[in-house]
Amino acid sequence: MSVDNKKIEILELLEKDSRLEVDKIAKMTDLSVEETNQLISEMERDHVIAGYSTLIDWTKVLDYEGVTAMIDVKVTPTRGVGFDKVAERIYRFPEVKAVYLMSGAYDLSVLIEAKTMSEIGRFVSDKLSTIESVLSTTTHFVLKKYKHDGIIFESDDDDKRIMVTP
Amino acid sequence: MSPSSKTSYLSRTVEQLQPSGIRRFFDLASKMENVISLGVGEPDFVTPWNVIEASFHSLEQGYTAYTANAGMIELRMRISAYLKRKYQVEYDPEDQIIVTVGASQAIDLALRALIDPGDEVIVVEPSFVSYAPAVSLAGGIPVKVDTDPAQDFKLEPYQLEQAITERTKAIILCSPNNPTGTVLSKEELTALAAVVEKHDLLVLSDEIYGELTYDDSHTSFSEIPGMQERTILLSGFSKAFAMTGWRLGYATGPKEIIKAMTKIHQYTIMSAPTMAQHAAIEALDHSESSVQEMKKSYRQRRNFVVKELREMGLDCYLPGGAFYVFPSIQKTGLTSEEFAEELLQQQKVAVVPGNVFGRSGEGYIRCSYATSLKQLDEAMKRIRAFLKTL
Repeated sequence: MSVDNKKIEILELLEKDSRLEVDKIAKMTDLSVEETNQLISEMERDHVIAGYSTLIDWTKVLDYEGVTAMIDVKVTPTRGVGFDKVAERIYRFPEVKAVYLMSGAYDLSVLIEAKTMSEIGRFVSDKLSTIESVLSTTTHFVLKKYKHDGIIFESDDDDKRIMVTP
Repeated sequence: MSPSSKTSYLSRTVEQLQPSGIRRFFDLASKMENVISLGVGEPDFVTPWNVIEASFHSLEQGYTAYTANAGMIELRMRISAYLKRKYQVEYDPEDQIIVTVGASQAIDLALRALIDPGDEVIVVEPSFVSYAPAVSLAGGIPVKVDTDPAQDFKLEPYQLEQAITERTKAIILCSPNNPTGTVLSKEELTALAAVVEKHDLLVLSDEIYGELTYDDSHTSFSEIPGMQERTILLSGFSKAFAMTGWRLGYATGPKEIIKAMTKIHQYTIMSAPTMAQHAAIEALDHSESSVQEMKKSYRQRRNFVVKELREMGLDCYLPGGAFYVFPSIQKTGLTSEEFAEELLQQQKVAVVPGNVFGRSGEGYIRCSYATSLKQLDEAMKRIRAFLKTL
């Protein structure tokens, strides 16, 4: 198997579980621990691995208040840089978790997380709408997360097999 | 005549059948809590969602009645196309394919269609627990052939030759094998085919694990030149598509044999479940990527488990297919039953003792790696701890 295929295999494993230990990855992909470490370092250096994060179901955390909204944003593209400049002005805000350029009825899709609805309101009215090239915004609040980043939040994943089978 | 005048109403055949050793281990393990099971002979994946959804659709459309005895023609056409695509063998969906209730029923039907009392059928051990009893139930005599661990449990042509008598009618082959994971290559199958041809035998080729090979692609016995007319290919959806509970298998072979099997099937089962057949069509049409995904995961876990077992000093060859490893526990001085039972009692890890699969499985244990990596990792730690106490 080529190095690129091994890299893909490592990435797929890390994408599912970024805490997977290197020695386990090495055993599974039939590489040595040194080789695995080296490939991971290379991919970190090249920003193929852009970061390691943890997917948390915050609704299960007591006393945690949080609101998620998805905002459809229509903008006027800027000569020379298209949508990139306005996108940057938006994604630099720490409460913005994701920004995508979309085809269709609007241009940018902005995912934002905040403590309260009024914080989101303030972000939209004070920060987002006031950017010069922003023409309009439509805010949708997330009521419940069923699945995120490929992970089903409320899933019953119990092993339903009996203990010993032929 | 009063019931008490008979010692038993049971048939002698049934009375003489040994209960499966798997059952005993199931009983032991299921009474305990927090057991990690490596004793499971089925995928840990749930059936791909598109396949499950197809069965809902089938029911919603009102398909709640019997299908043709041999199975829906649409499904048989898909199976035919699939086998042609995979192995370049052609089977007529009209009269060379029968859809069964799991590959297990296909085995039973094939044996009942072929065997007269006293006919011998060669069973290569270690083997799936049902073969020999299925031969006995059909009135035949199972002739067990041990394979050599030093040859990775591969049947050698001379071993087959030695087991053949005038009464030998067929041989049951299973590659990739349950419980050893051994895969027979095209060359090895060709060598066996020469013996099969010389002695005019039939081959019941159980290829239920055919999709699950990790280093080389699977060779079907039916694609060996001259063997298609001597082969009853038995397979199903359980392992490749994670559909064990759906109970859907199939058999392909020479017309007169499939016709005879269909006759028995029609008088006993009628037809396989309809919604499962609709699901199977979806599985064959649109699940290639799911199969590849599962296969990749099995391969990674196989590599992990074999390396772990070797690190703890157990001899274990790298099996080419299915989802079992079959390490030797001879170094411990325990029998496979003792090892499995002690491991279960002390560390709560369930494995299946190798002797359950035949005499040549003694000294080995079957560990299924169709379990999450987390569970496998914990199981390996516990086995390591157990070995240290010996």
